[in-house]
Amino acid sequence: MLSISNLSVSVGDKPILKGLSLDVPSGEVHAVMGPNGAGKSTLGYTLAGRPGYEVTGGTAAMLGEDLLALEPEERAARGLFLSFQYPLEIPGVPALTFLRTALNAQRRARGEAEATAPEFLKLVRAKAAELRIDMEMLKRPLNVGFSGGEKKRMEVLQMAVLAPRLLILDETDSGLDIDALKIVADGVNALRSPDRAMVVITHYQRLLDYIRPDRVHVLAGGRIAASGGPELALELEAGGYDRYGAAA
Amino acid sequence: MAATQKTVDTVKELERYKHGFTTQVEQEFSPVGLDEGTVRFISAKKGEPEWMLEWRLAAFQRWLAMDEPTWAKVDYVPADYQALHYYAAPKTREGPKSLDEVDPEILETYKKLGIPLREQEVLAGVQGAPKYAVDAVFDSVSVVTTFREELAKAGVIFCSFSEAVREHPELVRKYLGSVVPVSDNYFAALNSAVFSDGSFVYVPPGVRCPMELSTYFRINAENTGQFERTLIIADKGAYVSYLEGCTAPMRDENQLHAAVVELIALDDAEIKYSTVQNWYPGDPETGKGGIYNFVTKRADCRGDRSKVSWTQVETGSAVTWKYPSCLLKGEGSVGEFYSIAITNGRQQADTGTKMVHLGANTRSRIISKGVSAGRSSNTYRGLVSAHPKATGARNFTQCDSLLIGKSCAAHTVPYVEARNGSAQFEHEATTTRLSEDQLFYARQRGLSAEEATALLVNGFVREVLQELPMEFAVEAQKLVAISLEGSVG
Repeated sequence: MLSISNLSVSVGDKPILKGLSLDVPSGEVHAVMGPNGAGKSTLGYTLAGRPGYEVTGGTAAMLGEDLLALEPEERAARGLFLSFQYPLEIPGVPALTFLRTALNAQRRARGEAEATAPEFLKLVRAKAAELRIDMEMLKRPLNVGFSGGEKKRMEVLQMAVLAPRLLILDETDSGLDIDALKIVADGVNALRSPDRAMVVITHYQRLLDYIRPDRVHVLAGGRIAASGGPELALELEAGGYDRYGAAA
Repeated sequence: MAATQKTVDTVKELERYKHGFTTQVEQEFSPVGLDEGTVRFISAKKGEPEWMLEWRLAAFQRWLAMDEPTWAKVDYVPADYQALHYYAAPKTREGPKSLDEVDPEILETYKKLGIPLREQEVLAGVQGAPKYAVDAVFDSVSVVTTFREELAKAGVIFCSFSEAVREHPELVRKYLGSVVPVSDNYFAALNSAVFSDGSFVYVPPGVRCPMELSTYFRINAENTGQFERTLIIADKGAYVSYLEGCTAPMRDENQLHAAVVELIALDDAEIKYSTVQNWYPGDPETGKGGIYNFVTKRADCRGDRSKVSWTQVETGSAVTWKYPSCLLKGEGSVGEFYSIAITNGRQQADTGTKMVHLGANTRSRIISKGVSAGRSSNTYRGLVSAHPKATGARNFTQCDSLLIGKSCAAHTVPYVEARNGSAQFEHEATTTRLSEDQLFYARQRGLSAEEATALLVNGFVREVLQELPMEFAVEAQKLVAISLEGSVG
């Protein structure tokens, strides 16, 4: 699904990623862990195409297609979804409007028929119920005045409605209490499937108790410093990141 | 929700200014230039009574003694007032009585613009869609007014201004110029001398006008100014909602539009006046052409507990100079001003309102949303004043400006004068740049940069869009998207 080779990225003039390589096959969930400032969020933003994240070397491909040559919206239409660590507030735009505009923009880009209003509402109602999101909340401007937990649930709702193929979760557990964390994790787990892949970016092991990864990678010094099975996360929890050297 | 989707679709489908076509129709013009003879020519063409001609001539004399105002933050080459036609009318038999007598080219024009001139077209629309009556003004004359019989049953008078002068002289004489005196300002004086047509509305006491009224202004002829005059009177306890729309062909030379609108609300009456202005804005690169929109709009809340609400969506024109205002005379009267002004390309807008609190316990509310893109300039200019008798006057003003790109400008110029110690005035203002983070967030979810901009801007102006009648809100939302085309990238 996702294949990154020797990727180097600078923000401003500062090199952040320095030759990062990572392969995430379809059907798998990979955790990327690392100390603060290691470049975890940079990885997510670069894959999603955020302006200002300059690729200075290497490649990143999704299902064999060069991601780096595409506009952010083209990556989205091909099924890449980035769940933001800090979801943006969109004043004056009801969450439902935002979500339907996004869904239909993606469908148009893929040459598919747009969702009619009843189809769309049926879809959203079902997914919102699973995430215990009140439909009334979806009539309010997206994320404006929402709590941290509500914002994260909105991210997972968008994920569920847009049904992406490659999911990148950036610190999805930050700001969540344990109940909210369980709801969000259930939502994410419901999306696991043989033709999807997930990259779960996190600082703490806690999230991985709920979203069980197939592989765990340590991001330090701008590259993958170690890889292993789920047990690696537990070792990190016990031993910390010190043995992988200072952050970039 | 559907409307936003439409916005997005429209952005894709439409070229920059879709109303830029010209209608080929035989027209009759006044000779080029302006002197007393021109004023007499127009008055004679309309078959006006002597009092109306005298009124025009007095205004013309005042105009000759006045100078064009220069205080607004706009920079333009003044119109050559001696190079314009002041009257242009499609050649038809004297006053077409039915649609069948109207030139088919003109009917086709309104069809292209999506304005229903046949009553059955409105009725044949979506089930449950509210009806609205239309007065269609083509250059200098009203070509047709719909739903007149139905309105007449309710006692509502809705007709062209020329007809009102002939049929309802007592009302016209009583109210014309009573809100905007002929000598109010340079453009109002000019309008008073040479106005050619417009709409007239009278709603009798206690009547709630049974449908939306609207006037659609179209400038077609070359080198012609449009000077329309609108007069709306809501008698005691009456209610009326009125909407005006405007478009013009794309032309290389600037065209002048100098209108005067007077609203009068008596005791317990309410007038809701909405404008969707989409005059040709000129070439976005060179700034060549476009309409000079120099308009005087004022409401007189004469009666106790009367209310006037102005809502404007200003997206077109090369230069806009416009301050729809309220004179709050009646005790407990209320004035509202909701505005969206969008400038792109080389457009310049200097617009806002005046809320003049004269009576006790008067209240006003101003919500202004300015969006500047391209190399445009957008100024909010507003006055809130409380006179010594305006005990307990209250105002709330909120002015938000949104900047798109790095070459545009936004200015806020609020004047506040309180001459009564009990007045409470609040003013909030913000200026923000369209957020790169929000744009990226929306693009990550699949929206193109243009779609994302349209969505974010529609969110920014939503509070004001909600004030528009439903069916026009959808149109306005599309217009917001279209007028921002080419602002990203």
